Amino acid sequence: MELVLDIVSWVAIGFGLFFMLVGTYGVIRMPDVYTRLHAAGMTDTMGAGFLLFGMACQTIVGMMHGHTTWWMALVRLALIYGFLLLTSPIATHALARAGLAGGVKPWTNDGEVE
Amino acid sequence: MFVVAAIGILIAMGMALTRALLGPTVYDRVMAVNTFGTKTVLLIAVAGYLAERPEFLDLALVYALINFIGTIAVLKFFEFGDLGLITRLEREAE
Repeated sequence: MELVLDIVSWVAIGFGLFFMLVGTYGVIRMPDVYTRLHAAGMTDTMGAGFLLFGMACQTIVGMMHGHTTWWMALVRLALIYGFLLLTSPIATHALARAGLAGGVKPWTNDGEVE
Repeated sequence: MFVVAAIGILIAMGMALTRALLGPTVYDRVMAVNTFGTKTVLLIAVAGYLAERPEFLDLALVYALINFIGTIAVLKFFEFGDLGLITRLEREAE
């Protein structure tokens, strides 16, 4: 049981790191604000989600090793993820709206929009 | 293994900082700082597990709250030119 939890948590942390690095590379690589927002949103949901899930598995392993008070960490992890799920789309939406209001033109394949 | 996670998050933070420095518009910079803050939350959480003290998650939770409020405040400032609701309502009434 403990071995299974260990393997699951490391696979989840590995996936989380992969999504986080790819998404942040997209933030550098993409051509304008709106496409970069898409890449950044990926790191918030998939990257942070997998990383926090891996940490939750490690918390359960720690509880098996006698850290009886670590159940509080599970509550905190759930709170952090729930809060990220709430705030990340709001921040992305506000950024896109502020960008449009500030006059940033969306990038298109054949050059700038009129 | 949490060391690998910490190093990966640090690399991602470096890339987000690169975009914050390069960013042609102010919205690029705000977005880069926002993602940087999310990664800081995760780095604090990972540091707590590195030290075998998950109580650090409280700090991560507080940082997530502050990060979101800061981003919205800065965006409001750049979108409307001020943070006050009353002055904006007065301007729209004119």
